Amino acid sequence: MTSTVTPDGRTIGDVLLEVKNITLRFGGVEAIKNISFDVREGEIRAIIGPNGAGKSSMLNVINGFYHPQEGEIFFHGRKRNAMKPSQIARQGIARTFQNIALFKGMNTLDNIMTGCFTHMKTSLLEQAIWWGRAEREEYVYREKVEHIIDFLEIQAIRKTPVGALPYGLQKRVELARALAAEPKLLLLDEPMAGMNVEEKEDMCRFILDVNAEFGTTTVLIEHDMGVVMDISDRVVVLDYGRKIGDGVPDEVRSNQEVIDAYLGVAHD
Amino acid sequence: MSADFLYAIEVLLNGLMAGVMYSLVALGFVLIFKASGVFNYAQGVMALFAALTLVGIMNGEVPFSHLINAMFGTQVHDFGWHVPALAAIGLTAVVMVFFAILVEKLILKHLIGQEPIILFMATIGLAYFMEGFGDMMWGADIKPLDVGLPKGGSIWIEENTAWLGGEGQRFFGFFIDKLDMSATLVAAILVIALTLFSQYTATGRALRAVADDHQAALSVGISLRAIWVITWSIAGFVALVAGIMWGSKSGVQFSLAFIALKALPVLMLGGFTSIPGAIVGGLIIGMGEKLFEFLAGPLIGGATENWFAYVLALIFLVFRPQGLFGERIIERV
Amino acid sequence: MYYREAGDFKTSYRKDQQNFPIRFDRVHFWTMMVLAFAVIPFFINDYWANAVFVPFLIYAIATLGLNILTGYCGQVSLGSAGFMAVGAYASYKLMTSFPDLNFFVIVVLSGAITALVGTAFGLPSLRIKGFYLAVATLAAQFFLVWLFNKVPWFYNNSASGQISVPRRDMFGIAITGPEASAATKYLVCLAIVFVLGFIARNLTRGRIGRSWMAIRDMDFAAEIIGVDPLRAKLSAFAISSFFIGIAGSLFFTIYLGAVEVGEAFGIERSFLILFMVIIGGLGSIYGSFAGAAFLVLMPVLLKNALVGGLGWPSDVAAHLEFMIMGALIIFFLIVEPHGLARLWAVTKQKLRLWPFPY
Ligand SMILES: Nc1ncnc2c1ncn2[C@@H]1O[C@H](COP(=O)(O)OP(=O)(O)OP(=O)(O)O)[C@@H](O)[C@H]1O
Ligand SMILES: [Mg+2]
Repeated sequence: MTSTVTPDGRTIGDVLLEVKNITLRFGGVEAIKNISFDVREGEIRAIIGPNGAGKSSMLNVINGFYHPQEGEIFFHGRKRNAMKPSQIARQGIARTFQNIALFKGMNTLDNIMTGCFTHMKTSLLEQAIWWGRAEREEYVYREKVEHIIDFLEIQAIRKTPVGALPYGLQKRVELARALAAEPKLLLLDEPMAGMNVEEKEDMCRFILDVNAEFGTTTVLIEHDMGVVMDISDRVVVLDYGRKIGDGVPDEVRSNQEVIDAYLGVAHD
Repeated sequence: MSADFLYAIEVLLNGLMAGVMYSLVALGFVLIFKASGVFNYAQGVMALFAALTLVGIMNGEVPFSHLINAMFGTQVHDFGWHVPALAAIGLTAVVMVFFAILVEKLILKHLIGQEPIILFMATIGLAYFMEGFGDMMWGADIKPLDVGLPKGGSIWIEENTAWLGGEGQRFFGFFIDKLDMSATLVAAILVIALTLFSQYTATGRALRAVADDHQAALSVGISLRAIWVITWSIAGFVALVAGIMWGSKSGVQFSLAFIALKALPVLMLGGFTSIPGAIVGGLIIGMGEKLFEFLAGPLIGGATENWFAYVLALIFLVFRPQGLFGERIIERV
Repeated sequence: MYYREAGDFKTSYRKDQQNFPIRFDRVHFWTMMVLAFAVIPFFINDYWANAVFVPFLIYAIATLGLNILTGYCGQVSLGSAGFMAVGAYASYKLMTSFPDLNFFVIVVLSGAITALVGTAFGLPSLRIKGFYLAVATLAAQFFLVWLFNKVPWFYNNSASGQISVPRRDMFGIAITGPEASAATKYLVCLAIVFVLGFIARNLTRGRIGRSWMAIRDMDFAAEIIGVDPLRAKLSAFAISSFFIGIAGSLFFTIYLGAVEVGEAFGIERSFLILFMVIIGGLGSIYGSFAGAAFLVLMPVLLKNALVGGLGWPSDVAAHLEFMIMGALIIFFLIVEPHGLARLWAVTKQKLRLWPFPY
């Protein structure tokens, strides 16, 4: 209904995800305090904030790893009940992690193939016999995965055990694994942390290309302000578990509270 | 009071005493786990090995006599002397320290930073090796062990508790083995000593520091390897004590390794980073298994001690994965 | 012939994902199969069947089973022998209750029953992890052995408390009981191993296998990708117990013939199977066979060399066996946690480059 087109040519649609009044506590610590924001279809939404602000915790709430004490989450306009992370994955939410969480015992290809898990349907018995459907399904998804491998330019490391890959490539494989799930909503937790300028540029390009090619809605946590301002449509700013800003990059940049938080002005 | 009730109490008392022994062995586990992150499956076989060595030394047996005889066709068996119990215990303790050093040098050093489950499996390998080694060194036959501890039922307790049953009851006083009592006493003293040691001495504190953070401990100048040798030596002494007690009771034989293994479920119950957990867990399992055998054993065929501790720990863990006193683990991503 | 993959281009994903992508391996494998099915049966005698081939094949099944659980799904179990006992007693009860049931049906049913029991004991794996779980599986080991020992229904009230296998024929040939010939026993086991090996390979290379490995490597990441830990772990327990139950069934019906539960399925047997998995290679189908072969052959060779060759007493040889086994486990865990399978892979890698290593 309310679809707009951004200057970069992205089509932004309806609200896909809405978090409302989320509060998350660990014992006495309030990691997230009454936070609300929304994510619209097709957009790249950034979450920024100083260390410990509650950014990762927010993603964990969205994909069901943490259960907030208060608040509601709406996905596709429907209120979401408490669910296991695996069920939420089935609804089309995929993510990457701040500390790489690849499957160390598998090679690149298998890691990415695992990403297709929710889509593959053959039963245990069919798998055991590996005849007909099981085999066909494997090749169908292998082809999709090869497409992602080409897309992210990791053909050469297809059969390499992921543990042996350099950091930057591991991050890329993790992105590939999340993409293999063909998610509606992609959550990226600091995808560029610890990368050099060149790797960051590559990663930015991939994120933008993914968004352009598959229309994937993306929520992105990132510390590099340059990157955030460049590629995101709207930004949420967190500080000490509170939301202190929300809007298009320019708006956020000129928000006094955000500037204070980043310059480290003392809290009262 | 009815005789059945009094017998149940007697069972509980016996369970309590068995439990103190479990607590002691469990403490050995906790110390090793805290200091080196190793869940030491070999603890049971260590008790067996220590007891075998003790008997061997006391009887003046020639180590590896079977092997020597097999290889050279000789007929050596023993030196023909007897070593007094205390001296032999001392010598065995030295052997256990030596063993701790070897474990550190040959195994732990090479497995630093490995996943806990790998370390655990390595200790299963160690248990196998020690079992073969102990038998090779001293022979595999059942050996009586007598270090001069009192034995038999305590007449005094029996006579002085007989009145509890009252008129017309078939109750003749509590039957309590003197050996069990001395074992309980020794174990209780050791448990207290170990707790004090880890709480109040510099070494004990260093030991707990290592448990909390290997890197940090290294950076303040605590030698990880020394700590490991110390904890494995302590575990060796604990194994020796357990070996003496259980060995005096039913002879030194392979089943001893399994009794000592009961400390594993004790630990799961108590939470394996917790010293009070080990103590309480030991008592619960000791009393629980004796009471269960007393009440349910006759109905379902007996010998329930074989599995009771494990099943109890299993059921308990499903509801409280961190054990009684263990710290709750929150996963982070 | 050199070991080469050059010139062996994969032109489709099907070719790339076949069982033996390299032709040399393929040829090798089928040669072995022809040998195993068509040559060995003509030469096998009782000694070789009972001392080497039959135990090897049965342990290979058990090792495959445990490897699925431990090597692929990362859940260490010390209760394998307890589950083997379930398979054995299930076979006994089925054979004595339904005398006309086909032997292979009995074997499969025994596996299925064990799968149910295994799944039940796998339930705690959702809450308990790592060595906590390993110790918890000891509960299965001790409890099951106790159960079969104490409840007379399981051994049909026989006075000795033992169970012994009745004779069953197929095509007029005895396949169980004392009349069964060495070649028959061997072929029955071989056929079952072949099928189960095929199934294990298939399960581990597809969707299910990847979900197991994902749980093993990084359980929360697996969950967030959509793998339900409950299903993944329980399916691993079920499949693993299915294999182990079949191994137990064959261990009783074909190999031993008569069983006293504490002796045949004690905790040492659980460890032996775990050792086969570790030495062969965690998470490797090929390794399961290598590990089983290695630990079946080692005692035979040791015994032949020390007792037969040097005239040592057999108890000394047995002690040495324990020491070697323990030392090997530690050695492999330190040097090569992926076991013989990895050693072989490394050798192949070298061969591939040979004679130009750079
Ligand atoms: N599992 C947990 N248990 C206890 N406290 C937690 C847990 N996870 C997060 N926290 C706390 O919640 C707060 C927010 O953490 P979070 O990881 O969300 O921050 P962040 O914004 O992602 O920071 P960074 O930029 O360092 O990644 C921190 O104080 C952290 O210690
Ligand atoms: Mg974070």
